[in-house]
Amino acid sequence: MSTLTPPEYPAAVLPSDPMLPRPFRILRARAENADTFTLELEPADRGPALTFAPGQFTMLYIFGVGEVPISISGDPSRPQTLVHTVRAVGAVTRAMRQLKPGDMLGVRGPFGAAWPMEAAAGNDVLLIAGGIGLAPLRPALYSLLAQRDRYGKIALLIGARSPEDLIFRKELEKWRSHLDLDVLVTVDHATGAWRGNVGVVTTLIGRAAFDPMHLTAMLCGPEIMMRFTVQELFKREVPAASLYLSMERNMKCALGFCGHCQWGPEFICLDGPVFRYDRLAPLFGKREV
Amino acid sequence: MENLERYLAEHPFFRDLPPRYLPLIVGCASNVYFDPGEFLFREGQEANAFYLIRHGQVALEINSPSRGPIIIQMLNEGEVAGFSWLIPPYLWRFDARATGLVRATALDGRCLRAKCEADHDLGYELLKRFSTILEERLQSTRLQLLDVYSNPS
Amino acid sequence: MEISQSARSLALIERADLQQLLEALQNRGYQTIGPVARDGAIVYDTLASIEDLPAGWTDEQEPGRYRLKRREDRKLFGYVVGPHSWKRFLHPSAIRLWQAKRDADGLRLIPNAEPAPRYAFLGVRACELRAIAVQDRVFLSRKFQEPIYAQRRANTFIVAINCGQAGGTCFCVSMHSGPQAKEGFDLALTEVLEGSRHYFVTEIGSPQGAEVLAQIPHREATPDEQAAAEREIANANAQMGRTMEADGLQALLRRNIEHPQWDKVAERCLNCGNCTMVCPTCFCTTVEDTTDLTGETAERWRHWDSCFTLDFSYIHGGNARSNPAARYRQWITHKLGTWHDQFGESGCVGCGRCITWCPVGIDITEEIAALRRSESASKERTDGES
Repeated sequence: MSTLTPPEYPAAVLPSDPMLPRPFRILRARAENADTFTLELEPADRGPALTFAPGQFTMLYIFGVGEVPISISGDPSRPQTLVHTVRAVGAVTRAMRQLKPGDMLGVRGPFGAAWPMEAAAGNDVLLIAGGIGLAPLRPALYSLLAQRDRYGKIALLIGARSPEDLIFRKELEKWRSHLDLDVLVTVDHATGAWRGNVGVVTTLIGRAAFDPMHLTAMLCGPEIMMRFTVQELFKREVPAASLYLSMERNMKCALGFCGHCQWGPEFICLDGPVFRYDRLAPLFGKREV
Repeated sequence: MENLERYLAEHPFFRDLPPRYLPLIVGCASNVYFDPGEFLFREGQEANAFYLIRHGQVALEINSPSRGPIIIQMLNEGEVAGFSWLIPPYLWRFDARATGLVRATALDGRCLRAKCEADHDLGYELLKRFSTILEERLQSTRLQLLDVYSNPS
Repeated sequence: MEISQSARSLALIERADLQQLLEALQNRGYQTIGPVARDGAIVYDTLASIEDLPAGWTDEQEPGRYRLKRREDRKLFGYVVGPHSWKRFLHPSAIRLWQAKRDADGLRLIPNAEPAPRYAFLGVRACELRAIAVQDRVFLSRKFQEPIYAQRRANTFIVAINCGQAGGTCFCVSMHSGPQAKEGFDLALTEVLEGSRHYFVTEIGSPQGAEVLAQIPHREATPDEQAAAEREIANANAQMGRTMEADGLQALLRRNIEHPQWDKVAERCLNCGNCTMVCPTCFCTTVEDTTDLTGETAERWRHWDSCFTLDFSYIHGGNARSNPAARYRQWITHKLGTWHDQFGESGCVGCGRCITWCPVGIDITEEIAALRRSESASKERTDGES
């Protein structure tokens, strides 16, 4: 058995058959960019709201099409509305994009290990998001802001492909207006009208102020982006045990039974998706594990 | 002259430079400023300078006939614009445009190249610093190339 | 290896009375399942009567080969394990999880209301008891409990059989999972057939076992009869021809993720997945969501899956294990290595099925031995050079 301390395991309210979805109704659907959209849901079975911890995910079921794991992207203190931000990359998520307010889908969860909000208390916090990775980090940001004085400096670093791909744009403006929150945005490339940063998200790390010895960094994005970011943080002497990554693999059950999400000894759905970096370090170098 | 030496000494690029080199470099330096929209350099021109950005933001861009100018990097305060002055044929590959008011210290490339040929220790100090910038730019560029955010479907 | 001397007194059931054991279980509402000969193999299926057992048959097993052969006697359990394992009953290969209906009210999820079957397994080998215990840990001991397995498992009555001979491919002794059944059964039988005497020395393993035994003719076994049973088990022990050096496997496999041996195996491995189907501890599944033609009723089914399938590890853009060598490595590294990280024990019980049923005869005991040999060879080289 691993001797490393696992990330926080929040208590969850689950039905007796964890493979049976609950019906939820769509309240609002909004496009974030060309292929990403946000759904706001509420229970349709007169059951309780789905409470969750930042970083957890649900399995969303589209009638007759299939089920996919999607991170919860809403505010943990307002669970009455369950929010998911989804990128259309396959059959199920493309079908999800066609749904309208009033349509129903199935929800199972919440699942997975959460962002380390407790471990971060007393530290500076860096949230580093690449692309759709901002969605699972948004609940962490809400939690941090809700208890702002438990933490030191907080910085949100966002990387995206181009300005058109940025998500949560309205909220970005709101977050920028916080005097006690540093928001840095960069894109991989832009056209002439853009006045923000251009360059990869690792270039923002040097512009954020933090104490490497008292830091909790939470990373979420494409795996390559996270690995480059980890290297950059090591360059700045951040210890491996201060870094947390959200990983992703094929999932069919989210319960640790179907076996698909295994990466080495880890079940991404049970031991993750949020992992402390030192637990993953031996796996990163190995191909096709 | 005094101000220039101070600007040079304070700029992150010249951090830890042995003080005896400063007068050498100052001889090739001048203060410049650019209005919003003005170009520091243009693609294809002779590369005879590099710029220590003291204030403002510079967009490194390349023009595409169908897509217009594409910005591939933004350079900010404390950063350096231009390394093509170091490497033959000494030609700029990109446009560099001031997105707002930009104040910089310009270093004359021909002047510096001559001094580096005469004093190899000075040359080594400069190359050490530029190779770090080149490495960072290369890694960033590689990551940009990978287009990690693209939709796989 | 010492055979444990049971402090409990052992009972004895005559061969002629064994049918009554079956009937007692059937009268209690159990579906009795046991070994039957079918399609050239001994498989597990409904056992209506003791006469359905493959009396007088045995199996010849070697890597990539399985044949039934007639015995010279009429032993009822004179063989070892075939392509089936008890997981096909506790963790069925295809099962509907639920239905969904779409109507004017929206989406309705309808769970399965059928009661779980009540199985009585007759003829469970020691390695299979261990395999059931291993799957118990997978399905019942972690954050979630798997309800289908839990219900079936709770309803199961187990009559174990102590092996009187070793199979051609098994290595339970190395894995400390046999040949004697130690725990996890309601009753454990050892078949003795000597001359005209044919009986079963019986150990009680649970209160339910005692209740059922009380209902059928039996008596206490004499010391001679107990000794005869011990000789059977000792025979199985002595015949065991295969070993797995199991110490330190977790670390050995972790060290050798990039060993060239995996590419060597990949030259032979067809990625057919037979090993995962016959392995009694493999548990991976997939789900299938379907609708009927009207589009108003949907179902979700769960099926066995195998880590050898190409898209087992699919994430948008491609497969995480596209190289066949990586898939073989995943299976053996999980079974013998990372299973320890996950569950605190080995996933292998030494039943030998994967060796028998591999079409090209890949032998995991050989693969591990090859890894160990190559490690000591390179150690010798570096020691020699220093």
